[in-house]
Amino acid sequence: MSLAEPAALPVATSAAPRLDVLKRLTTRLKASLPAYLLLLPSLIFLALFTYGAMGRVLVDALYQRATPKAPVRFVGLDNISAVLADPAFTGAVVNNLIYAVGTAIPSIALALLFALALSRTHAVSSALRAALFLPVLIPMVAASALFMFIFLPNVGLLDFYIGRLLPVLPNWLGDPDVALQAIMVITIWKNAGYYMLFFLAGLQAVPEDVMEAAHLDGAGPYMRLRHIILPELKPTFLFVTVIAILNAVTQVDHVFVMTQGGPSNSTSLVLFYIYQQAVEHYDVGKASAATLLTLAALMSLTALSFRTMANREGGP
Amino acid sequence: MKLMERLYKDAPLATRGEITPKLGFLLTVLLAIVWLIPFLWMVVATLRPASDGINAMAELMPSLKPTLDNIRDAWEIGDFPRYTLNTTIICAGILLVQFVTITLAGFAFARLAFVGKTLIFYLFLMQLMLVPVLLIVPNLSLVARLGLYDTLTGVMMPFFASAFGTFLMRQAFEAIPTELEDTALIDGASLLQRIRHIYVPLSMPSFSAFAIISVTSHWNDFLWPLMVINSPDKRPLTVGLSVFTKTAEGTQAWGTIAAGTLMVIAPLLVTFLIFQKRFISSFVTSGIK
Repeated sequence: MSLAEPAALPVATSAAPRLDVLKRLTTRLKASLPAYLLLLPSLIFLALFTYGAMGRVLVDALYQRATPKAPVRFVGLDNISAVLADPAFTGAVVNNLIYAVGTAIPSIALALLFALALSRTHAVSSALRAALFLPVLIPMVAASALFMFIFLPNVGLLDFYIGRLLPVLPNWLGDPDVALQAIMVITIWKNAGYYMLFFLAGLQAVPEDVMEAAHLDGAGPYMRLRHIILPELKPTFLFVTVIAILNAVTQVDHVFVMTQGGPSNSTSLVLFYIYQQAVEHYDVGKASAATLLTLAALMSLTALSFRTMANREGGP
Repeated sequence: MKLMERLYKDAPLATRGEITPKLGFLLTVLLAIVWLIPFLWMVVATLRPASDGINAMAELMPSLKPTLDNIRDAWEIGDFPRYTLNTTIICAGILLVQFVTITLAGFAFARLAFVGKTLIFYLFLMQLMLVPVLLIVPNLSLVARLGLYDTLTGVMMPFFASAFGTFLMRQAFEAIPTELEDTALIDGASLLQRIRHIYVPLSMPSFSAFAIISVTSHWNDFLWPLMVINSPDKRPLTVGLSVFTKTAEGTQAWGTIAAGTLMVIAPLLVTFLIFQKRFISSFVTSGIK
């Protein structure tokens, strides 16, 4: 069904068969026309905002303007090397890595705990699931507004209730040493209930009779988790990990609302850096170079995980 | 302990006598309470009179003389009806166009044979991996060139096609028996008539699942509208709330901030509490926000 089918290759030497091939292709293209028309609306928007955008990022990364009004100038890979040499970018990458690992592991671990505890359906577990899922539905901006008060020095919720137990109270969002961890807490709070859903779905595949049999054989909760449940949940883990990492790179609204990347760049993440370059410094070249690097990293990561998943399904 | 036993009545036999699952459950109950604290604080602070003073703001115990002053203040400072209207227009506009694009494309992939099908299918599949949020810079310049900067259409446009929605509809359409269509073919129904009268009505659950995912994610969008919108009267709820928070933060009006936040998140939360089951199953089938 692809264009490169053998029939389309110009192997014939005489004119008559070639004409025949051409005719057959025309007939098939004609027959395909309704499908193309149905796909056209979607393809127009995909072409403009996904593939066209990719192409423009690629081209824009090669050009630069001195000022917003100046004409563009071809600079080759200069933008890429400038971005890689920019401590603000490398700092944002390091922050983002810490942020990704530091939010993915706790939120996935909590999600697993929640799912294991709430896999039975009764009124209480449904209510608890709903409570844990609520943060998923609220905008990150609203979550930020709430947590801004939680982290407020002295009078905020955290200091008011727990801070009294600590000898020294940090200014949670104002201290470069703790600000990143503080915004990580919001992300964990917001995402754990979301990942819980996938573990709940995955747990349904664990056969009850196998669990019963293992129990009768004397396998304790730890043994059952380690040897029956976790192996069964492997694909879910992989899937959720990919989503958690994508989220870590794309959810930056709290940085915009709460810290603006500060104090002293301690909470600047990659997408925030891209935004700053494009909107605050009008440096589309550098913003595009940073976008390109991030896209390349994310795409190879997802491609790798898809391959692992495909291998697992096809393998022994 | 009586309560624990009752909760564990329908637990699988394997776990009834064991302590570890019970501890896990207990921990989850505690964490669920912690998870609700920000919401609880929001409601309590919204109803707390300013006369209680800043030092009482963190109290989770509700004030004995609740007031609606904070809601009135928030209503006066931020143009919440306008923000809500803008967000509703954005979400509804995106969803309506998406319904058309994903129905047509989903049908083509589910039922039609055409030259280049595999290639085009991969074009759609790759879009899922491309993380559109990262493409804000080129898309902003495109929207500006199309003359759509500072318009709600500009906010909506990048989302008019949805690869995820197309796959969802393809799956739904494939599950519909072809016999149903054959009868309509004999009656001389055109392609679009068959889609409209056979495929669409039989795929309503998929449409509603997609609607939930689409509306939730665009209701919560912030960065993209922040970049596209310049005029205050075109701000959606998220951008409006961030500006409002900045204003009120300076005056330490935390009760007002809580009230504004409540107004922003209430519509979606109430909808969720009503259609809980449907929301959760939609999120599971999607895997994408």
